[in-house]
Amino acid sequence: MTPETPAGFVFAIPPGLVLIATGFVLLAAQGTVRNALILLAPLVALALVWMLPEGGALTFQWLGYKLTPLRADALSRLFGTVFSIMTFAGGLFALRQERTTELAAAFVYAGGALSVVFAGDLITAFVFWEVMAIASTLVIWFAGTDGARKAGQRYVVIHLFGGVLLMAGIAAHLALGGDVSFGSLVESPAKWLILAGVLLNAGAPPLSAWLPDAYPEASWSGMVFLSAYTTKTAVYVLIRGFPGEPALIWLGLFMVFYGIVYAILENDMRRILAYSIINQVGFMVTAVGIGTPMALNGAAAHAFVHIIYKALLLMSAGSVLYMTGKRKCTDLGGLFRTMPLTTITGIIGALAISAFPLTSGFVAKSMISEGAGQEHMALVWFLLTAASAGVFLHAGIKFPWFVFFNRDSGLRPPDPPMSMRAALVLLSLLCVGIGVAPGLLYGLLPYAVDYAPYTPAHVVSQLQLLLFSGLAFFLLLGWLRRTETITLDADWFWRRLGPAAAASAFGGIASAAAALSDAVRRTVMGIVSAVYRHHGPGGILARAWPTGSMAFWATVMLAAYLFLYYF
Amino acid sequence: MAKRPDDTPWLVRPSSIRILWVVFIAILAGTVLADFFIDHHGEFGVDGTFGFYAWFGFVSCVVLVFGSRLLGVLLKRRDDYYDA
Repeated sequence: MTPETPAGFVFAIPPGLVLIATGFVLLAAQGTVRNALILLAPLVALALVWMLPEGGALTFQWLGYKLTPLRADALSRLFGTVFSIMTFAGGLFALRQERTTELAAAFVYAGGALSVVFAGDLITAFVFWEVMAIASTLVIWFAGTDGARKAGQRYVVIHLFGGVLLMAGIAAHLALGGDVSFGSLVESPAKWLILAGVLLNAGAPPLSAWLPDAYPEASWSGMVFLSAYTTKTAVYVLIRGFPGEPALIWLGLFMVFYGIVYAILENDMRRILAYSIINQVGFMVTAVGIGTPMALNGAAAHAFVHIIYKALLLMSAGSVLYMTGKRKCTDLGGLFRTMPLTTITGIIGALAISAFPLTSGFVAKSMISEGAGQEHMALVWFLLTAASAGVFLHAGIKFPWFVFFNRDSGLRPPDPPMSMRAALVLLSLLCVGIGVAPGLLYGLLPYAVDYAPYTPAHVVSQLQLLLFSGLAFFLLLGWLRRTETITLDADWFWRRLGPAAAASAFGGIASAAAALSDAVRRTVMGIVSAVYRHHGPGGILARAWPTGSMAFWATVMLAAYLFLYYF
Repeated sequence: MAKRPDDTPWLVRPSSIRILWVVFIAILAGTVLADFFIDHHGEFGVDGTFGFYAWFGFVSCVVLVFGSRLLGVLLKRRDDYYDA
């Protein structure tokens, strides 16, 4: 253990466990103690993130594997920092949330995310991955509505399936003699299972619909937390384990455009922002696929700034929901009259996500395009540039326009209470602060940064791109008019097709059952006597199995595996 | 509530909207004209040409909007679709 840390002294206390423990205490705490805990615990976690010694700490043996539950380097510190800041801001915003259990679950969820990014081995990472899945489901459920209950059920099933993929991948990786340490993963079938499990959490196709289905059903404060951790922890794992995986480039680009198209068609303001999460994570996934230090820095920086501005946008939308109880664009509009602070901070978040100069998005996202340009990936570069224009269209203007401007809905809600306003201002300051002084962020990135965002050419080209996208938005307003509709997504398969197929199958079964029952009754007696022949006294299956037959079946399994391996 | 002209916020008065459009168009023109003074030295050729980002951004958005509308024709449903 080396005592060389930026803070000058070392405490190897897991910051994630501090938040998880706080989450459990929050179940019982009340009043001032509760508020103090909510605001102090994330700051303690942030301090602990920066006191962790570089490299592995706290190693121990478990079932023959060397586990490293705490391992710090630049990449994990970057994510640890933004996760801690986010927990503080989210806690501040949610202080008035009357369902105290939601914030308790949110802290456990945040602690799980923090623990994954500081996990030095795959087993620890998996354990906290599952903690996140369970805690985030609780965050959705604690919204307390019928919609949230059903969406949470769908959410947890999909994430437990992702967990199964991940666990199968890790088990196969270890069984194939892979190292338990959590680093770049070698080429093997196990790698693809792990990748599939991670991509599910990133919101990648084909199951991406879980995200816009579940997140917007959370409460006005719950979705702020949900937007930050699950997808970005997945991005962290991709940067750590799969840098330069070419398939990620095209997968990421698909996510980018899928997010834009569905957000353009969407009417629910928080579902617009949910689709926008997939769009933004798509940029990061593409960057991981490009895999150069410039692109990986871009992915990491983009994750950092995206957590902040997406939380800001969702706080702005959450404030509107909190004050009006409405979430559809068709019910909203004209709120700038009485919610000036919510409007302005929402616009700052919208400018940041669009990567306007002087905002955090500008200094981060451009590194991804630059990464594609340096590698001479022409198609990728042109698609990313078109997508940057599309981000302004679907999130940058659409969200603030239909909620705060457009027609006058007649609603006259005031700005939200003090604690919520404070959170809005805090994150707005961060968006602008990082945009004005990018050196702060660049200093945290995993690779040395050789990039200057504020060149005249870059500023002018970005302004052209965005402002002409704005022109397109206002000229095409008639085509963008909101309708009271949803757009079918992959969740149709498990919300409509599956249940319908099951219902018709059960209907068929009911009629078939009557015909079958006769046949069954006749065969049962036959089976009983057959079972008695084999398992009864002197039956073949009642005998102890010889080791030889065990070895034989193990060989058959291994042969089957070998056979599958060649596919 | 009677709507006298003074009651409506400045932002939504027709006269202000006209002003905002004029200012917006002036800024748009300004960003394109700036290309006369800036060397974009593009990576792929066309991205270094005059006004590239302006038309590319505009065309991208037009394509995205109409592409989305097209998909919407197939996939849009009433928002109580799953509640039924």
